Amino acid sequence: MTQSILTDIKKAAKKSLKAQQDALANTQKQLEILNGGPFEDGELPYFKDKIAETGQFPLKPKTLEVLQINVGYMCNQVCGHCHVDAGPDRKEIMTRETMEQCLEVIRNTGAHTLDLTGGAPEMNPDFRWFVEEASKAGIKDFIVRSNLTIILANKKYHDLPEFFKKHNVHVVSSMPHYTRGKTDKQRGDGVFDKSIKALQMLNEVGYGMPESDLRLDLVYNPSGAFLPGDQAAMEHDFKKALKEDFDIDFHNLFAITNLPISRFLDYLIASDNYEDYMYSLVEAYNPAAVENVMCTNTISISWDGWLYDCDFNQMLDLKVASKVKHIKDYNDDILSNRDIIISQHCYGCTAGAGSSCQGTVA
Amino acid sequence: MAKSYYDPADLRKFGKITEWSEELGNKFFDYYGKVFEEGALSAREKSLIALAVSHVVKCPYCIDAYTKDGLQRGITKEEMMEAVHAGAAIESGATLVHGVQMMNKYDKLSM
Repeated sequence: MTQSILTDIKKAAKKSLKAQQDALANTQKQLEILNGGPFEDGELPYFKDKIAETGQFPLKPKTLEVLQINVGYMCNQVCGHCHVDAGPDRKEIMTRETMEQCLEVIRNTGAHTLDLTGGAPEMNPDFRWFVEEASKAGIKDFIVRSNLTIILANKKYHDLPEFFKKHNVHVVSSMPHYTRGKTDKQRGDGVFDKSIKALQMLNEVGYGMPESDLRLDLVYNPSGAFLPGDQAAMEHDFKKALKEDFDIDFHNLFAITNLPISRFLDYLIASDNYEDYMYSLVEAYNPAAVENVMCTNTISISWDGWLYDCDFNQMLDLKVASKVKHIKDYNDDILSNRDIIISQHCYGCTAGAGSSCQGTVA
Repeated sequence: MAKSYYDPADLRKFGKITEWSEELGNKFFDYYGKVFEEGALSAREKSLIALAVSHVVKCPYCIDAYTKDGLQRGITKEEMMEAVHAGAAIESGATLVHGVQMMNKYDKLSM
């Protein structure tokens, strides 16, 4: 039974949930699930009540450090765990006008990190223009989250490693495992070989080399209904395997927990793992991780300019609880007074050593 | 009462054994936690030993727990299956080595 459902998911995985008109493409439906089940039954505590135990409710922002901009949901891949529900059929793309509004904020903000994500951010037609303009703003750490395969997807992307180097971009790339089987199962057939080739191309221009300032970090997230292991141990295993098997170098590995939203939520429910997964997240709850959870130092901006506490809240359409809700009205002081919006998916960022777009936090 | 002897949801309730005997329960969990820390053996190696033993003692809760633990540690399915074979080989060897006892008895009783 479960196996046949999983086969159906795999077949359907060439399309986003949105294109399939799946019930879970509706964010209200996702929130209903997150608020129901074992939480509604009182078997598990709501996230709000859990953080209240240590006096951390309401969750408030600290100094803004990271501006994370989602330049569009279009992607050349359709990964089984994707919280964005990204894919080739997603047409939401940031316009140059919105990018200009972002640039205005980037130039004036005190944030030290700019983090471009997607979809595949490189597929935005104004991506290169935006990177060129943003790199002039004097941001200390300029991250582009690349899925690697985009570099090989089309001739026009082959020079991306050189382009990244020219603008001193910090490349953060997804790599679910150092073995072909696990990577392809999560991200699609052939993804592993292309990712390896792309990493070698990045190494060739100097990215990820031990003494290099051209930062290349990898993101590991589990290929299934389990939590990531110890980040340092995983990094050690990845480094050893990728060096021995493919002569690949990289700097750091970020272990990121899959949050129970969007396509990963769909997978959890279809594979009958949802309840166990939520129990695992709650059991691994770590109050120390709440202290540094990424929504306290980040603002997430969507392709159409709306502001969110994080990329996950963006995908649940939970806009910031502030008078200022759009990049065109951006105001640090007003935003810093907001309460951060939380739900049960937040347990994903507070499990174990914690999880953020920069890896563990506790 | 449950209609089967094993319920997967019971695994989450393991900690409740302390409710009926706090001192012994806590001593057990302290010991258990300590055993699986990094030591002369890595936590990864101990996870594979635990998986092999789980099969030998045929504990469905332990098999679930240490398959998941292995996945979290990035242990591959090939490594997991080799561990299970190591356990199975010892278990079948333990059966077969008794064959010598059978042979001894046979010879003793036979003219």
